[in-house]
Amino acid sequence: MSADVDAVVADAFRNEWGRVVATLIRMTGDWDLAEECAQDAFALALERWPRDGVPQRPGAWLTTTARNRALDRLRRGATEASKLRETAVLWRTDEPEDDGDDGSVRDDRLRLIFTCCHPALPLEARVALTLRTLAGLTTAEIARAFMVAEPTMAKRLVRAKRKIRHAAIPYRVPPAHLLPERTGGVLAVLYMLFNEGYAATAGLDLVRGELCTEAIRLARSLAELMPDEPEPLGLLALMLLHHARRAARVDEAGDVVTLEDQDRTLWDTTEIDEGLGLLDAALRHDRGGPYQLQAAIAACHATAKDAAHTDWARIARLYGRLAELVPSAVVQLNRAVAVAMADGPAAGLELVDALEASGSLAGYHLLPATRADLLRRLERPVEAVAAYRAAIELAATDAERRYLARRLAETTGQR
Amino acid sequence: MRYMLLICVDDSVRVSGEERSPEPWVEEMQRRGVRRDGSRLRPVSDATTVRLRGGEVVLSDGPFAETKEHIAGYDIIECEDLDEAIEVASKHPVASFGAIEVRPFWEE
Repeated sequence: MSADVDAVVADAFRNEWGRVVATLIRMTGDWDLAEECAQDAFALALERWPRDGVPQRPGAWLTTTARNRALDRLRRGATEASKLRETAVLWRTDEPEDDGDDGSVRDDRLRLIFTCCHPALPLEARVALTLRTLAGLTTAEIARAFMVAEPTMAKRLVRAKRKIRHAAIPYRVPPAHLLPERTGGVLAVLYMLFNEGYAATAGLDLVRGELCTEAIRLARSLAELMPDEPEPLGLLALMLLHHARRAARVDEAGDVVTLEDQDRTLWDTTEIDEGLGLLDAALRHDRGGPYQLQAAIAACHATAKDAAHTDWARIARLYGRLAELVPSAVVQLNRAVAVAMADGPAAGLELVDALEASGSLAGYHLLPATRADLLRRLERPVEAVAAYRAAIELAATDAERRYLARRLAETTGQR
Repeated sequence: MRYMLLICVDDSVRVSGEERSPEPWVEEMQRRGVRRDGSRLRPVSDATTVRLRGGEVVLSDGPFAETKEHIAGYDIIECEDLDEAIEVASKHPVASFGAIEVRPFWEE
């Protein structure tokens, strides 16, 4: 029974954390207070819900509880400043829920994400802050996602929140004339959020679906907010086309299934159709961008009737264009994979070796994993085994390690 | 919210006096009620840096840090938030060839 309630609270945490924090920041203007009170509210839920039952609207219960905690804390603070803020909290809760700064955005979470993604904050802090305050990831999880030590990440978050307060970075969706330029940063953050859920750099489960759902929800709001901008549409299409494959990505044992081995009947055709439609709508604007290109690549996979019918030459071309827009070693690695499929493993290996020599992907398990696959296909098992071992060493999740270990065993058996 | 705009220039960058002139910007920001105070500063060759070390006053000729860019002036502005301060700073003529550091006042 209590395990059930724990699950309900865990569920509410994933679904409501960002909403509670975002609303509390609007009410109090204090980011730390908002987080602390949200935490208090969830702790209280764990204590009360097993006894009193789960409230009908858990989100509303949590927000009200967090708001009351904020009032308590401000009253206990009893300084002039906290009295002022207390008044503000009481007063602001009387405002209609959908009171947006410019009347066009009515979502506290969007307000929060635009503030988290303010260009006066360093990029890594923007992403970290969004994952912490909006998605409720722990500092440890975020640190792992960015391959830095936990205290480094904690310091980054503290510094960012301090700058928001001291430099008076506004808590709002930017006004119309700033909106387009501020959008790029938000898109990058949402995509990282999606990837955090999709690839789950932390934890045992490969797909933390709620994070993906959250990222899709936010991308959808953003696309609706900016109907004249193709890139939010492109990002939403990209997310949906990837998300459509989620059921086929992991088998019953929780192991990774590669794209070529996936059972395509498990793909979510509703999401694929929506993704393709959104991509079309984005491309009609005739202003290409990195998310539209990535969505176009995902669309190549989504529309191939089986792996053998994948148009790898087109995918390699799209990656080539993407590499021109985004100077990223990960994009280069993906391009190498596509080239290997289109022109043979030797052509791909040449690109992978050049990437390895550049050192820009040191510590990234997919570099040795890709090398290992190409070497295996080139029937160079000794080198392939060494590369698989290097990849296993660097892999972040158990599922990935098991997948690589299986391939390693196959290659060793082949010898 | 008060911010100090530190107007930083690099003397090796050549611009005409007209492009440099902050007068139209000053007038506009005064009219808007944003600019509270400000001034050009004499060049760093006229600066003296003062330190107290072991009870001794130690003077050095020049700025506190030798850099290619130096502070040529300052403005104190009163703005709604950082976005407005950024907008005001970006309109300063020096923003197009030098740099403007926007520093919030320590207010608590």
